[in-house]
Amino acid sequence: MLHKFIVYVEDKPGVLNRVSSLLRRRSYNIESLAVGHTDKAGVSRMTFTVDTDELTSFRIEANLYKLVNVLRVERITDEPAVERELTLIKVRANDQSRPSILQIVDVFRGRVVDVANESLIVELTGTQDKIEGMLEMLRTHGIVEMVRTGTIVMGRGPDAPAISPEFVQARVPEESTAR
Amino acid sequence: MKRSGAQIIWETLQREGVDVLFGYIGAATLPAYDALLDYPIRHVMVRHEQGAAHMADGYARASGKVGVAMATSGPGATNLVTGIATAMLDSSPIVCITGQVLEHLLGTDAFQEVDMTGITLPITKHNYLVTSASDLGPALREAFYIARSGRPGPVLVDVSKSAITETIDWEPDTSPVNLPGYRPDLRAMPEEFRHAVDLINEAERPVILAGQGVIFSGASQTLLDFVKRTNIPVAMTLLGLGGFPASHPLNLGMMGMHGEAWVNEAIQDADLLLAFGMRFDDRVTGKLNTYAPKARKIHIDIDPAEINKIVKVDVGIVGDLRETLAFLLPQIEPRKHEEWNKHIRNLRGDSAVRDIRYLPDDGHLYAAHVINDLWHYTEGQAVIVTDVGQHQMWTAQYYRHEHPRHLITSGGLGTMGFGLPAAIGAKFARPNAEVWLIAGDGGFQMTAAELATAAQEGIKVNVAIINNGYLGMVRQWQEFFYDHRYSATPMRSPDFVKVAEAHGLTGLRCETRSEVETVVQQARKTEGTVVIDFRVEKEDAVYPMVPAGAALNEMIRRPLAVELPIG
Repeated sequence: MLHKFIVYVEDKPGVLNRVSSLLRRRSYNIESLAVGHTDKAGVSRMTFTVDTDELTSFRIEANLYKLVNVLRVERITDEPAVERELTLIKVRANDQSRPSILQIVDVFRGRVVDVANESLIVELTGTQDKIEGMLEMLRTHGIVEMVRTGTIVMGRGPDAPAISPEFVQARVPEESTAR
Repeated sequence: MKRSGAQIIWETLQREGVDVLFGYIGAATLPAYDALLDYPIRHVMVRHEQGAAHMADGYARASGKVGVAMATSGPGATNLVTGIATAMLDSSPIVCITGQVLEHLLGTDAFQEVDMTGITLPITKHNYLVTSASDLGPALREAFYIARSGRPGPVLVDVSKSAITETIDWEPDTSPVNLPGYRPDLRAMPEEFRHAVDLINEAERPVILAGQGVIFSGASQTLLDFVKRTNIPVAMTLLGLGGFPASHPLNLGMMGMHGEAWVNEAIQDADLLLAFGMRFDDRVTGKLNTYAPKARKIHIDIDPAEINKIVKVDVGIVGDLRETLAFLLPQIEPRKHEEWNKHIRNLRGDSAVRDIRYLPDDGHLYAAHVINDLWHYTEGQAVIVTDVGQHQMWTAQYYRHEHPRHLITSGGLGTMGFGLPAAIGAKFARPNAEVWLIAGDGGFQMTAAELATAAQEGIKVNVAIINNGYLGMVRQWQEFFYDHRYSATPMRSPDFVKVAEAHGLTGLRCETRSEVETVVQQARKTEGTVVIDFRVEKEDAVYPMVPAGAALNEMIRRPLAVELPIG
């Protein structure tokens, strides 16, 4: 299943490499990755998605904490959260097909941000599912080029995860007989 | 005050308590070495940078302090890689300082430029690329702190020549190191302790699995107290040997692939495993889905990533082992476990008849005899360093390891060539200790050039080469699993006595058991490094053996003693 992680890291050269190297070594494929600054100086926030089982996702969490530049890891797979991805899609469009493309864009609440003789560029923000849905519809018209930012996620409710937690609990599988 | 980057390196090292480092000069580190002459730090010039990393590692394991290795940019730095990986896999605290090209040449494929932080990313606990003198002090201080705290490990600091030659206004920083993302002092939640206490009190057939964490956290005495109260028998990992005295009646000995039969059988029978500072290596567990099938498991480790990494546990406690055990101990009911311990004693008795030590002298020289006699004549007090292979397993089995930091061996990476340089490093750490290297003829030759280092430094280590004319461990696998087809394992070696003599050192040879005492005692009395060529039985094997992928109790047992010799 898809597991989502939010990782706060120190904003230093090579940190992204350290995180991705950790996943590469164990040959986990990153499905999606987004990195950017936070409101706090010197702290960046990564969001990434890995397709793996639950135990492995615990391991990824624990191994991320071993990286000296990693401040905080949030495994938010099961948490209620708002999830968004931005995509730009260049679609082949002529006078005949343009109206139906515009209709599709309208249904998905996307925006047309550039129009040319033979094509147009659509901007769409939403969950991965929504983007996949529109892509499916546009594919028949011919997609020239596409770019996606990777998913970013934010937990619902009033609180944000503390950037430096006090202590970390070892994860033990639910079926443990000691409980 | 005005300081060059070079001076900042040495002053920071001095403040970290460094009095010796192992290295090899080159173009990129030349200005640093120039400044070294003004500081009371001893530099040991190695013959190959791999030796420098292993020496720093041996120094660290023997002393508990951080070992330091230094190499120049490019090939000097890449030669460290095997040594760094060895230290990583065995959690040994070393700091490696490598030279790097001038800052403006970085990334241009300049002469002797290599991306060292990139190369060592997966084999260091952390690493730094320093391009200005003002970053040198903080990077080095953090490197030492990271290397020795929490779960120890190697840290690399790659220093551009620009940083070494730059002069800045500098004052030593004495404030605590500030690493917001680094938490070496993790603790478990209180309920984890409660679960652990319940499981220990309920257990009828418990076994403690003691790893290197016992040694790192200084938990030997606490473990003795724990065993005194609970009477739970203790099985050791290879790197744990010495953490709990071999002479203790409840010390079972080493577990795993070449563990004694009673140890592995006890683990398979157990209803509770207490894993203390160990990581369930595949050499320890055998086939995973048949491992200790009846046992619940408690795992105590400083590294949260080890909990549930290989074996699913019932209780995982993250924290320092000594503190954790001391906290648990008063809550645990005293137990005798008479029946369980009697059962294990019986298993042990059954195995004794197969013990090669009881084989009468039949004129052949067996490695096990040599090592057991060496234990006897050194009164079990020597610091023993090994290389990797059959002799390493025999040393684990037949030298009885009584004290922490008295066995130094490459466990996780299994690095042939580790032995000689690690022994030299250990001797620098413990100049008054009797240091013995036990090595195979193969591994010894991988780093034999360091004999010249020992000679130049006037260092005394005693080298016992267990010379069987084969890469013995691989030959054993070929014998057992490849129908005796000895592909690429027979080895013709130089005359080791003459090799020693060519270095101005003493060489001795031993071909029968009756000569063992003479050569060992002569080596102990002789000044300077001594190399002994023990010409042992060629096709001897290490028993018992759990074949790769087999369950822990599916061992190939040693033939009965009377049926020996083999081959």
